[in-house]
Amino acid sequence: MRKFLVSLLALCALTFTAQAQSGTVLLNAAGATFPAPIYLKWFDVYHTAHPNVQINYQAIGSGAGIRQVLAGTVDFGASDGPMTDEQLAQSKVKILHFPTVLGAVVPTYNIPGVTASLNFTQKALAGIYLGQITKWNDPEITKANPGVKLPGDDIVVVHRSDGSGTTYIFTDFLSKVSDEWKSKVGKATSVNWPVGLGGKGNEGVSGLVKQTPDAIGYIELIYALQNNITYGAVQNAAGKFLKADLNGVTAAAAGAVKDMPADFRVSITDAPGAAAYPISSFTWLLIPAQIQDAAKRDAIKAFLKWMMTDGQGYNEGLSYAKLPKPVVVKEMKQLALVQ
Amino acid sequence: MATTATSMDRAVPPEAGPRSFVHRLRHGDEVAHVLTLMFAALILLVTSLLVFILWEKSHLSRAQFGWSFLWTSVWDPVFGHFGALPFIYGTLVTSVVSLAIAVPLGLAAAIFLAELAPRTLSDYIAFLIDLLAAVPSVIYGLFGIFIVVPLMRTTIGPALKHTLGFLPIFSGPNYGVGFLTAGIVLAIMIVPFIISVSREVLLTVPRDQREAAMGLGATRWEATWKVVVPWARTGVMGSIFLALARALGETMAVTMVIGNDPKIVASLFAPGYTIAAVIANEFTEATGDLYLSALIELGLVLFLMTFILNGLARLLILATERGGGRPS
Repeated sequence: MRKFLVSLLALCALTFTAQAQSGTVLLNAAGATFPAPIYLKWFDVYHTAHPNVQINYQAIGSGAGIRQVLAGTVDFGASDGPMTDEQLAQSKVKILHFPTVLGAVVPTYNIPGVTASLNFTQKALAGIYLGQITKWNDPEITKANPGVKLPGDDIVVVHRSDGSGTTYIFTDFLSKVSDEWKSKVGKATSVNWPVGLGGKGNEGVSGLVKQTPDAIGYIELIYALQNNITYGAVQNAAGKFLKADLNGVTAAAAGAVKDMPADFRVSITDAPGAAAYPISSFTWLLIPAQIQDAAKRDAIKAFLKWMMTDGQGYNEGLSYAKLPKPVVVKEMKQLALVQ
Repeated sequence: MATTATSMDRAVPPEAGPRSFVHRLRHGDEVAHVLTLMFAALILLVTSLLVFILWEKSHLSRAQFGWSFLWTSVWDPVFGHFGALPFIYGTLVTSVVSLAIAVPLGLAAAIFLAELAPRTLSDYIAFLIDLLAAVPSVIYGLFGIFIVVPLMRTTIGPALKHTLGFLPIFSGPNYGVGFLTAGIVLAIMIVPFIISVSREVLLTVPRDQREAAMGLGATRWEATWKVVVPWARTGVMGSIFLALARALGETMAVTMVIGNDPKIVASLFAPGYTIAAVIANEFTEATGDLYLSALIELGLVLFLMTFILNGLARLLILATERGGGRPS
């Protein structure tokens, strides 16, 4: 018994000393699940290049990430949706938003007998999700798809049941293209859907769509690319029907850069530009503007600088879109505000 | 004669008088007493802490909505209108449907295993059924998505519509996901509890009860149904309420097959939502204090529902005990 206790004490002492190595900066971050794969990759690559900096990330969700940042329990957070003014007001320290990667949402469908890629006008998507367009052969859909024989079946609408950044992006887009959506439903990570079945996660939505004839749903571009799911094209602000790809998403950010506010809390859905994919969005890191610990501050600043330059090289490998150069230039300026 | 005290008189054996505290401590009685009391008190403490936290964290929502939270049907995170009614409805409907399927099935299986099957066969099957109870609920959810949902959409749904489609509970479009599918998946999950406990209870019915019934001229079935099962009815009811408790709180399996649409519809084919499912789905991304508070209040409502139903179960068992049967 005594031997056991002694060895247990020795083990505890060992772990404590291991953690207290001088020079190691341990950063804790938490937040969004959408960019978690690329963040984990970045933190891993950065740690290999700078062994004294270790960043620990927990993908607990944007809402929880924002709460942790406000409570000060993490060094920085991540969110798919920008913080609201009320949330920013709650913070003791000013919180800066740094866009990191871009994501996009694509419509996926399962219509028996239809293998062609469908074009969806903005009004069509809004109408379907409002429950006003109920059949696949509605003129709003058929006029954008001449030459495709659409059946007169009822559309089965599928949406996300769990709160997510994907829903935020999609409802943000619908709020911009439809005043009725904006007043009736609004944009958020979780909304009061007028119609439709809820699936949990991208897997749930794509699973439901695949299984249910005449279904339409929305999923992340990355998920669609990695799982070879067919998706449709969406009409952008310039009137062109675009099938989402990484270039189209980056173009959306570039198109929105002119009117981008200095704090980057901007929505880039329905961005101007012929090549811009309309359902795109940033995802942000939430960095406090004042960091007391000098070592942590320098580590965070160095990481952000790396992220905006070399880090972007890893995006395409994981199917995330890169930040356009003008946005990076603006972000570097904001980096100077972290003190 | 009387004045000389013998050694026998003076030496009082230690076991004869009241035991000293030290004696009891050294021999484990006191320790056992204190330890078991502590653990029992700990459970009570944890439960009251749970209720306290639920009450405390939901105060924003309770202050905003008051009692109307229980009968409002809207769940709108964007505009801040929250109501529990669709979720209460969904929880109750799925639980009732699952009980309606599981109780006859489970009780019949338990009767077969206890009364009619050879003992070794009964033991093997009981072991397999206990294994079924140990399967994680996510696996049942996957089973539901890949097997029950397509079956419902292509076979069971149309068959029910064809035969009983005039009933309001079988009207409306059938997507495969919905209350009925969730009820079926839940029934499969809770049936092992009913079978397992009921079988054990039925096996404890004394042989002389059966033999007395047979001696009076009852058939095998009459003996079972009219004598054995009533004797064991408190245990059987206990197993049903155990199963109900599991059905009320089941989260993952339900959210995968219920369609997640907070609407109150009469049809069992329609998609619905339960309290546990909505908390699991929306809790992590709940931005906003009122939203979080409303979700926690839903948790409080579920806790109260379970508490009330268990209370009713206890009362029912007490009432039937008084009416005869196995002496408690």
